[in-house]
Amino acid sequence: MTQPVQPSDFQKRALTLAQQRSAPAFLQTVRQQGLDEFGQIQWPGRKTEMWKYTTLRPVEAFANAGWPADDVAADGKQLASLPELDATRLVFVDGLFDGAASDELPDGVRLFSQADEAARVVLDQYLVKIAKDIDPSRRNLFAALNDAWLTDGVLVYVPKNATLEKPLYVVHLSTAQAAERVANQRLLVVLEQGASADLIEHYLSADDASASFVNTLTEIHVGDNARLSHTRLNLEHEASSHVGAVHINLQRSAVANGFTLAEGGELKRLDYQINHCGEGAELNLNGLYLGRHQQHVDYHTTIEHRVPNCTSQEVFRGIVGDKAKAVFNGRIHIHQDAQKTLAELNNRNLLTSNTAEVDTKPELEIYADDVRCAHGATISQLDETALYYLQSRGIELPQARMMLSYGFINEVLETLPHEGIRTALQKRLRQRFVEEI
Amino acid sequence: MLQIKELVAEIDGKQILNGLNLTIGDGEVHAIMGPNGAGKSTLGNVLTGRDGYEVKSGEVLFNGKNLFDLEIEERAREGMFLAFQYPVEIPGVSNMEFLKASLDARRKHQGLEELSSFDFMKLARETSAKVSLDAAFLKRGVNEGFSGGEKKRNEILQMMLLEPQLCILDETDSGLDIDALQVVANGVNAMRDGKRSFIVVTHYQRLLDYIVPDHVHVLAGGKIVKSGDKELAKELEAKGYGWLEGEVA
Repeated sequence: MTQPVQPSDFQKRALTLAQQRSAPAFLQTVRQQGLDEFGQIQWPGRKTEMWKYTTLRPVEAFANAGWPADDVAADGKQLASLPELDATRLVFVDGLFDGAASDELPDGVRLFSQADEAARVVLDQYLVKIAKDIDPSRRNLFAALNDAWLTDGVLVYVPKNATLEKPLYVVHLSTAQAAERVANQRLLVVLEQGASADLIEHYLSADDASASFVNTLTEIHVGDNARLSHTRLNLEHEASSHVGAVHINLQRSAVANGFTLAEGGELKRLDYQINHCGEGAELNLNGLYLGRHQQHVDYHTTIEHRVPNCTSQEVFRGIVGDKAKAVFNGRIHIHQDAQKTLAELNNRNLLTSNTAEVDTKPELEIYADDVRCAHGATISQLDETALYYLQSRGIELPQARMMLSYGFINEVLETLPHEGIRTALQKRLRQRFVEEI
Repeated sequence: MLQIKELVAEIDGKQILNGLNLTIGDGEVHAIMGPNGAGKSTLGNVLTGRDGYEVKSGEVLFNGKNLFDLEIEERAREGMFLAFQYPVEIPGVSNMEFLKASLDARRKHQGLEELSSFDFMKLARETSAKVSLDAAFLKRGVNEGFSGGEKKRNEILQMMLLEPQLCILDETDSGLDIDALQVVANGVNAMRDGKRSFIVVTHYQRLLDYIVPDHVHVLAGGKIVKSGDKELAKELEAKGYGWLEGEVA
């Protein structure tokens, strides 16, 4: 027997906000479905499995927030500090597109609000459908909220056998104004058969920013033999809250290489949902999360092997110190038909203080009998022998600790395909550990 | 250089060194041989200050300073170097970064300026060539995926860069083929300058054909039970350690 749902203050407010903003008519159906779904969801509490270790209090604090003003503009200084990258840059400020700070949109990339007939056909075919292609128990209520709040988004469409010429670099900046605003981001990427694209999502805060709440949803269709490179950086201010999801559907022999990095905040929650829909698809997903002070960071990943002969390699590493908390939940589900699957999940955590916390849960569910799967999770402290080795060469203990912490994540950083971003991150993260000496 | 007096040390409550005495003069090469479990590796670990090794009594003076007043890293900066029996693999930390941090620390302690990245690279490349280690190994993680021989050469490379006063080689010959052994020995011999001292811990006389010691000691039951010159090593090789038991008792 189901109890009637008592919407939380945040839900009520969110629904009101949804009514306050207009959207193109062709998005109305999606919005209405989102509104209906979001309004019906029981607000998560401690007993909600998907939110067991992550409190939504920071989001609830936005129960009185409004929409951002239309005239916010990017802080040039902040944008100047972005890594060097030969890419097409799209800039959003507090969720709103900043045309002046963005490059000219290349062929195949456009805003939903500027969709022509052909683009609408694509939206109609894929939008929401990828995000809803999920085990209901893993569906994140904020995906429904993203639908309800949908007014615009970025559509990337790469036709058959074509290549998006330059990497698409989507930058989301939160400003000081974001403290009393909510932001909604949406990205839909469709790679037709044999197409390829390289995508970078970068979230950051202006220097004077404090609190912010961003809800993001990225949906990606990788067609037969298509190739996707997707990088996602969550480097916002530590007072920020971010709930985001990346959904990827892989068709026959598609290849997806993903990299994600999140620095903790008031609340950082990122869900990855990857579906192997066609035989021979290949996924490589590498992730890093870092928490210090009282930060919180939470990754939930789900990989569905529905068909035979697909591979998944997933590596996540985290370093958590001070009173910070990290959550990692990695699920791999091998369906009965998914013979000859090769799937590996490895999650390693480094605790650098005895007040830090990591909750890790790798889940491997296998219903096929001819598969090769491995999963493992570890939580440890810095290796004593390695520390001794460094010290025995004259290196001071704090520096030795810094070198080992940085080394632990650098192994994963080195898999990043973009040199400019890699170098910038290596510098930033090295500095982060130096500060902790 | 080094005076060890009546050193007693234990690990996990088990006493390993039982009143060990040893004096190493400037420029001398001492070989320490002995059966398994005699305390050979413990000696190196105690001297460098590894955690878990507890000194119960005795004294060690290193250039007149009480060694046990110094932290692990201070001993290294003062010029003590242990070539590990099992060098540690540290993925993610590049060998180059590790070597530079070590040399910077040592030079800073000596009141010298840190080498520029350029000068350091040059020095590191030259030195790695001397130990027949391809320069590509400088860019890899510390000892990461190195073969046994490559790890030992990397130890000698560090020793040559840091120019320590006292080098302790803990079974550096174990697991080495004859070519690698020669590389290691050449490295050590090149560093014998009449001032620098060496403690060469080994099971086998073979290494001592290449690194000719001034003194040979037998360590058994946690103390030095016999000392002699290089001929003692040959005697041990021929007779084993069994014949010493009578003399110890």
